[in-house]
Amino acid sequence: MNGWSALDDFLRTDPRDVGCAEAMELLHVYAELVAADASAAESYPGIAAHLRACGPCGEDFAGLLTAVRGSAE
Amino acid sequence: MTPADPDSDHWVRTLSGTGLEQEEALARLHELLLKIAKGETSRRGGQLRISGPELDDLAYQAAADALLAILRKLGQFRGESRFTTWAYKFVIFEVSAKVGRHFWRNPAVPMDTEDWDRLADQFGLEPDREAERRELAGAVRRAVDEHLTERQRKVFVAIVLNGVPLDALVVELGSTRNAIYKTMFDARRKLRAALAANGYLDDETSRHS
Repeated sequence: MNGWSALDDFLRTDPRDVGCAEAMELLHVYAELVAADASAAESYPGIAAHLRACGPCGEDFAGLLTAVRGSAE
Repeated sequence: MTPADPDSDHWVRTLSGTGLEQEEALARLHELLLKIAKGETSRRGGQLRISGPELDDLAYQAAADALLAILRKLGQFRGESRFTTWAYKFVIFEVSAKVGRHFWRNPAVPMDTEDWDRLADQFGLEPDREAERRELAGAVRRAVDEHLTERQRKVFVAIVLNGVPLDALVVELGSTRNAIYKTMFDARRKLRAALAANGYLDDETSRHS
């Protein structure tokens, strides 16, 4: 994917996107749900949409998920 | 409030206590936070332009600052997750914030530079596709000129043209991640609508995946 299609992908917004503040507030709850069952993302579509679109929050989520999974081992 | 599991309850009780029991809980929590901070700085290693002792320092600072934040907000733990998961969130956020601040020690490009030739590179258009590169840059620049506010333009230029990480921009503008994301979200929506109205993109406004 490059050029116009990459630009289109970047510019598209999801109206369900809850924004950083709400995603960060619930990130610990969401991370535990996803660690237990990946389909749990469906219970929080607004957070899932945000984490797909926001690089920094997505990165924080990946870090927290790694920590949760690591501590469960 | 959700009743906390016994382990989480123990954490909250001992951290809120006094004497040796509290000291031991603090030491144990600090050790856990440091382990997570080191893991996180190592996981992000590829994106950082730091390594070795400096990376270790960042992990130690993140763990110490997270511990203080956790103690300040202990009363806000509502038992919705394990205590440790809630606590790990603080140290992950501390690592993020410190990485954002670190960016400005040696930025690759000033955040205000408007080199529109970079736009095609950011979206993967090869240098030999010159006509397409010019068309894309011209269309986006026109849409930016005509539709974005001064603030939206500043954020768009910094993030998209100059590759400034969002968290680094938060530090530079003295803002919050949420505010910068919202500014960028609105800019993306306006630019897409303008490019669709001018026939460059299709008319669908959003995508659910």
